[in-house]
Amino acid sequence: KANQSPLYMTQDRTEMSEDDDDQSPPSDLRSEPPCSSSSSAVDSTPNKSRNCISSSGTMTASQPFPDHVLENVLENVLQFLDSRCDRNSASLVCKSWWKVEALTRSEVFIGNCYALSPARLTQRFKRVRSLVLKGKPRFADFNLMPPDWGANFAPWVSTMAKAYPWLEKVDLKRMFVTDDDLALLAESFPGFKELILVCCEGFGTSGIALVANKCRKLKVLDLIESEVTDDEIDWISCFPEDVTSLESLAFDCVEAPINFKALEGLVGRSPFLRKLRLNRFVSLEELHRLLLGAPQLTCLGTGSFSHDNGAHQSEPEPDYAAAFRACKSVVCLSGFRELMPEYLPAIFPVCANLTSLNFSYANISPDMFKPIIHNCHKLQVFWVCILLDLCLHDSEGPVSELGLQAISEGCRNLESILYFCQRMTNAAVIAMSENCPELTVFRLCIMGRHRPDHVTGKPMDEGFGAIVKNCKKLTRLAVSGLLTDQAFRYMGEYGKLIRTLSVAFAGDSDMALRHVLEGCPRLQKLEIRDSPFGDVALRCGMHRYYNMRFVWMSACSLSKSCCKDVARAMQNLVVEVIGSDDDDDNRDYVETLYMYRSLDGPRKDAPKFVTIL
Amino acid sequence: AKKMINFEATELRLGLPGGSHGGDMAVKNNGKRGFSETIDLKLNLSSTAMDSASEVDLENMKEKVVKPPAKTQVVGWPPVRSFRKNVMSSQKPSTEVATEGTEKTSGSSGATSSASAGAAVAYVKVSMDGAPYLRKIDLKLYKTYHDLSDALSKLFSSFTIGNYGPQGMKDFMNESKLIDLLNGSDYVPTYEDKDGDWMLVGDVPWEMFVDSCKRIRIMKGSEAIGLAPRALEKCKNRS
Repeated sequence: KANQSPLYMTQDRTEMSEDDDDQSPPSDLRSEPPCSSSSSAVDSTPNKSRNCISSSGTMTASQPFPDHVLENVLENVLQFLDSRCDRNSASLVCKSWWKVEALTRSEVFIGNCYALSPARLTQRFKRVRSLVLKGKPRFADFNLMPPDWGANFAPWVSTMAKAYPWLEKVDLKRMFVTDDDLALLAESFPGFKELILVCCEGFGTSGIALVANKCRKLKVLDLIESEVTDDEIDWISCFPEDVTSLESLAFDCVEAPINFKALEGLVGRSPFLRKLRLNRFVSLEELHRLLLGAPQLTCLGTGSFSHDNGAHQSEPEPDYAAAFRACKSVVCLSGFRELMPEYLPAIFPVCANLTSLNFSYANISPDMFKPIIHNCHKLQVFWVCILLDLCLHDSEGPVSELGLQAISEGCRNLESILYFCQRMTNAAVIAMSENCPELTVFRLCIMGRHRPDHVTGKPMDEGFGAIVKNCKKLTRLAVSGLLTDQAFRYMGEYGKLIRTLSVAFAGDSDMALRHVLEGCPRLQKLEIRDSPFGDVALRCGMHRYYNMRFVWMSACSLSKSCCKDVARAMQNLVVEVIGSDDDDDNRDYVETLYMYRSLDGPRKDAPKFVTIL
Repeated sequence: AKKMINFEATELRLGLPGGSHGGDMAVKNNGKRGFSETIDLKLNLSSTAMDSASEVDLENMKEKVVKPPAKTQVVGWPPVRSFRKNVMSSQKPSTEVATEGTEKTSGSSGATSSASAGAAVAYVKVSMDGAPYLRKIDLKLYKTYHDLSDALSKLFSSFTIGNYGPQGMKDFMNESKLIDLLNGSDYVPTYEDKDGDWMLVGDVPWEMFVDSCKRIRIMKGSEAIGLAPRALEKCKNRS
């Protein structure tokens, strides 16, 4: 039957809502009386030219039938479509569009590596050059998930090694990547250009050395906030001796010394290098030398920004400011890992051009950075970690709400904020909601758990309520402090565009979660910890779990029997229970629930502490 | 402000969290304990009070104990990536980096360490009369009875019996409420100690409790009344 064809079975809809009840075959596969030569040819060989997915992907008919012409035209048009949302929409128009879109999609984004198998990827998309793949859920960053949970890159790289020899770019987030994986990558893709590893682990400098050595066309090697083991390999020396194509090299997270001479040589023979992020093993003097050799940089991570211990200070000190002055293109500055504040003025020459400044790894006080940012007229992105004792104080502690208030008054175009504090007031949050209508990301972490408004003693409901009401563009929200169900009522009702919601130590009852699950129409990612939400609430979301990327609930009040019911009712949902008590007394309690939709059923690589219901 | 119990009138002794009060009980006057949950690394408020520990103003201590704890070790809270914490602790700053709740993992692999960074864990089962399941908690995660009561109330808060509510458990350590609890149908946490005896939680100094507690049972107040005299007797024997 036509509706049994692989075409239907491999169909991957990223915004699945109701199941498609229409199982009828597409018009070109029906056996209708032929009115044109095209249909008859198609009918007589129904699986030959239509099932491109399972065959080589080329047309087998010898004559250019009108349908094929259409597909050629489509191919030429669709190749210009970049946005994956547009491509997803285009692929739903009809089978023909679906097929051509699959042929022309060169960049694939997979938000959850367990949503499908690597085989499904390579079966549908034949000409992939770039893959973005995300693994562990974000709460794994905070030790809420035991190590070795999964998100292994291995099956992906081995499948793609055979299917996509022309692969150019791999961008991974929270994946487990081994040196063997990197070795396979380095050997399998001769045209490989960009490797980006964000929050990854499992590999070391030996894997990096292989990539540096074998990927001769490498343009981007970005290691960002990843755990990289020090295999005591001089990986910088492993880059080829000739002129390189390097445009971006970021290794600020690599906790291992590097061969500076080799780095200097590498930078010297990388004329296209624009982005360089050094680790803390590069001293200020060494930075100076690099800058003199690479004034064309646009993005700089400064390394330690301090002296070598024991470096002789007797020589005239290098003119650091001059080196920075020569870098007329720097717009993005970070690093300062072991900042010596007396040298901070050296960066003054680049302040006027800066659009992004990241002091978050620096031991810096407001007095130190105030004169800097005073000169940063074009600044768009600012990261800083403020030491608590150097803030405004009253008798009870740092007055964090004044800081938030000041930001809201000064930065009217604010789009994204992540703010940690001990305590907060509704008034300050409401002020931000009124002053900053452009907010798309509002993440407030009141570190004292269950803290009410410290002036009024009331819950923080009205503050967060104002945010969801007034910030109409809000797509990401993280809440904290003392919150009752009322706060969630606001979120459900007004959070029309919220895609990501993080909840910790909040809410009074199941009603809170119900409000969110029955509202928030665009919700994709829901992460909840230590909140009193139970089975009743979980059941309220059954109508929408397929439309979400994942739900995480840890240390809530869920029972295994309810989770089993959910798993039974929703066949394409993988329901993982992680790290439950192996205690007989406690067989029904769920410590952590992580559930997500999947086209290929439960994964085969689940460790012992994961139970898939 | 919560009033202090008149001990003579009630014959009940309570080991106040960090409390020192006159009487026969040789409770360690460890004034530091009472403040431990409110110590921010950089706030100097508490340390001043700590220094003048011997004649501590109990009323003031009570105020601080009752407020939500500013610092209790909880896994993954605040939500700062371990990587960032490691980097910060490996810096050689002149002043300490004082993000609230930063565990000083001192270079250990933050990504895999648990909250009880190297210290022994003390898991005990917690059951509540009428609840369908047990929980297990690690007593080493908490520094005071108040922290514990906070945690317990959240553990079982979605499960309501009678007039018990999520805030009700928080008060169990307040003496004025305890009498009501014992007389009423509210719930009281009790624990089984090394000797196999069932005691009222809050009976003994915190560290002693952590060392001797084998499991916790939250029982109806009316059932717990019989415990009080035994608890008192035991304490008298100890001191």
